[in-house]
Amino acid sequence: MTNWVEACSTGDIDAEDVIRFDHGGKTYAVYRSPDDKYYATDGLCTHEKIHLADGLVMDDIIECPKHNGRFNYTNGEAMGAPVCVNLKTYPVRVDGGKVLINIG
Amino acid sequence: MSMAAATPRYGHRDYSMLGQEAQDAVTAGLRSAEWYHTEVARKDLKELMKRSDGPAIRDTIIWLGLMVVFAGLAIWLWPSWWAALPLAAYGVLYGSATDSRWHECSHGTAFKTPWMNDVVYHIACFMIMRNPTRWRWSHTRHHTDTLIVGLDPEIAVMRPPVLFKVILAFFGILDVWHAMKNMVMNTFGVISAEEKSFIPDMEWPKVILAARVWFVIYAATIATAFFFNSWLPIVLVGLPRIYGAWHHVLTGLMQHGGLADNVLDHRMNSRTVHINPVSRFIYWNMNYHVEHHMFPMVPYHALPKLHAMIGHDLPVAMPSMWACYREMIPAWARQFRGEDYFLVRDLPPTARPYRPDLHGQATSPAAAAAE
Ligand code: FES
Repeated sequence: MTNWVEACSTGDIDAEDVIRFDHGGKTYAVYRSPDDKYYATDGLCTHEKIHLADGLVMDDIIECPKHNGRFNYTNGEAMGAPVCVNLKTYPVRVDGGKVLINIG
Repeated sequence: MSMAAATPRYGHRDYSMLGQEAQDAVTAGLRSAEWYHTEVARKDLKELMKRSDGPAIRDTIIWLGLMVVFAGLAIWLWPSWWAALPLAAYGVLYGSATDSRWHECSHGTAFKTPWMNDVVYHIACFMIMRNPTRWRWSHTRHHTDTLIVGLDPEIAVMRPPVLFKVILAFFGILDVWHAMKNMVMNTFGVISAEEKSFIPDMEWPKVILAARVWFVIYAATIATAFFFNSWLPIVLVGLPRIYGAWHHVLTGLMQHGGLADNVLDHRMNSRTVHINPVSRFIYWNMNYHVEHHMFPMVPYHALPKLHAMIGHDLPVAMPSMWACYREMIPAWARQFRGEDYFLVRDLPPTARPYRPDLHGQATSPAAAAAE
């Protein structure tokens, strides 16, 4: 199932950073990597439901602001304690300066 | 200055993770609750959170280099009593500096490069005798539920304080006893009910593996001591956790000592204290403790900058260890005599007020006293 929604403009996110995007009662995190690619994941950490958009992006890693748990935001992989459950990721495309994510 | 408050609710508390207080805290909505944060612009925070290897590599070279020098001097002077001098310094680097290295590396903030954090973390864990997996999880819980009775497994001084425990802590006696007991239990594959309450089962094999590695190292150390018919191997491996523990206890007690429990604002339950540069090196800037709890992603070397940035919203930092102990000891003495009593931090006029109603708790005794 495809359901592309506009999350933000490309310029809304700094390189190597993340922003929060809320839609339909859910929260997402939208990332811009250092090499200018865009990614999207669930917005809440799988450990204790903290907003990842307050965390730190380092290369392809997002570090959670609460206990420094780390995920690879390009594929959602949990990198080790205290995060043990992977993060759900969403397809992203850029169209006319807009970042769209497929929330399914 | 702080004012003090009496708590109407508690007499004796059950600090275990499985007791009545734990259940009460969950019922009161204190578990994994939302905590107060000072507003910091994202741009500034990103700058502060930036990782780098440089400061921690420099500090680690100094730390381990000094340990080698002092150990060498001790071996050279042994068995003369003069060996006690280098051993005193070696002991603090082994039994105290490792507390802060363990801590900072468990957050993954000391170094930018993950493997460097991991290596120093495991070295520090061994010396401070904290099972790397168990303590990663207990510290996670400490940050989720700081000073929430029954939920935080790292509350150093309970209310009322048990005096002999506080005194023994300076010599690491109880810590070492518990660490050795747990190590032996874990070595034989036993995970206690308390450990199970905060370590997910998928992590238990790691707890057991580390315990077994340590067991072998301590067995080898004791065997070496017998082989050379000398105490020196034990004086250098293991025993420094006792004779060098005093500094990490001295600094660690200041973090939350005498302050409110069961509140959802680190300004109320944590303390920032200005201390001398040598202690700051040993303690890796954890004297900026309110700042660390509010923003655990900020590396130790950036905490003074963070302190300058958010100081307007925090209680005034204590000017010295001396001032801090002058505040804590009388508070503990009153608690020891059976009074339900604790210190409430005054917020400056520039700070946002403490608002328990906004943070999930309307019945906080600290709040009642502060309002
Ligand atoms: S809430 Fe994200 S690591 Fe704990």
